[in-house]
Amino acid sequence: MKPASFAVILLGGTLFGFGLAFSAMIRPEVVLSFLRLEDLGLLLVLGGATGVTMIAYQLIPRLSKRPVLESAFDTKATRLSASTIGGAAIFGIGWGLCGVCPGPAFAGLGAGNWMLLLALFGIFAGAFVHGRTTRV
Amino acid sequence: MGHFPNGWLHYLIGGLLIGAGTSLIFLFTGRVSGMSSVFTTTWSYFSDSPFFRQAKHLQSRGWRLVLAAGLILGTALWWWWLGPREASKTTVPAWQLLVGGFLVGYGARLSDGCTSGHGICGLASLRPPSVAAVITFLSTAIATAHIVAALGGR
Repeated sequence: MKPASFAVILLGGTLFGFGLAFSAMIRPEVVLSFLRLEDLGLLLVLGGATGVTMIAYQLIPRLSKRPVLESAFDTKATRLSASTIGGAAIFGIGWGLCGVCPGPAFAGLGAGNWMLLLALFGIFAGAFVHGRTTRV
Repeated sequence: MGHFPNGWLHYLIGGLLIGAGTSLIFLFTGRVSGMSSVFTTTWSYFSDSPFFRQAKHLQSRGWRLVLAAGLILGTALWWWWLGPREASKTTVPAWQLLVGGFLVGYGARLSDGCTSGHGICGLASLRPPSVAAVITFLSTAIATAHIVAALGGR
């Protein structure tokens, strides 16, 4: 990848992180209050983010053969399987227990929430066990 | 507003900013910015296990770490500009962060996506597996949070 691509990814990630902080998603308490259906704000965050991204993902490949800096658009090719659903179920149980998902686990550190290092450690450990128990 | 006791506008604006970030990355680099893959690809720096050494992990491990750094930077910018003076703290007990985190990491990698990969990016790509995954994890997460609350936990 070109150096300029890394710069754009850093900038895009910065917007992403700023949005997570602005919408209070870096606070596990706010996520848990959504999951207890006390404050439905998370749906607006997910809806707003998905809406903008959908316009980009659907429109840009129709207007241009390749991204500005690289040779091709990524296409994620997960097929629906028992792992997709089983993994999502396990992910949800963990998310409901701690109120932290992968984005905010990183982003929250930027606001000095060091307790999130515990969640980050847990996520890395979970991904390690997954990798070591999955055949290539 | 009963469903939005803390207001709604900051949620929507925050969501739009997140979408602007993923869209910018896609427009310039073609990359899809799910946030759970980095927890697998980063292990390729430390582990010789064949799973972690797959080409797709080696090729994406650099930019995925840059993306994660961007997330931290963006929140730091918010804290410096708009945030409270004191550091953000959580009252969620340590064991819940650790055990919950482990299940989040294992589950997201088994499912090949999380709230951003299946949620934002997968739904935006109109991918049926992601729609199924989002419905599944929202259901189990809401159920778990209610059970924890009913048991008197956070």
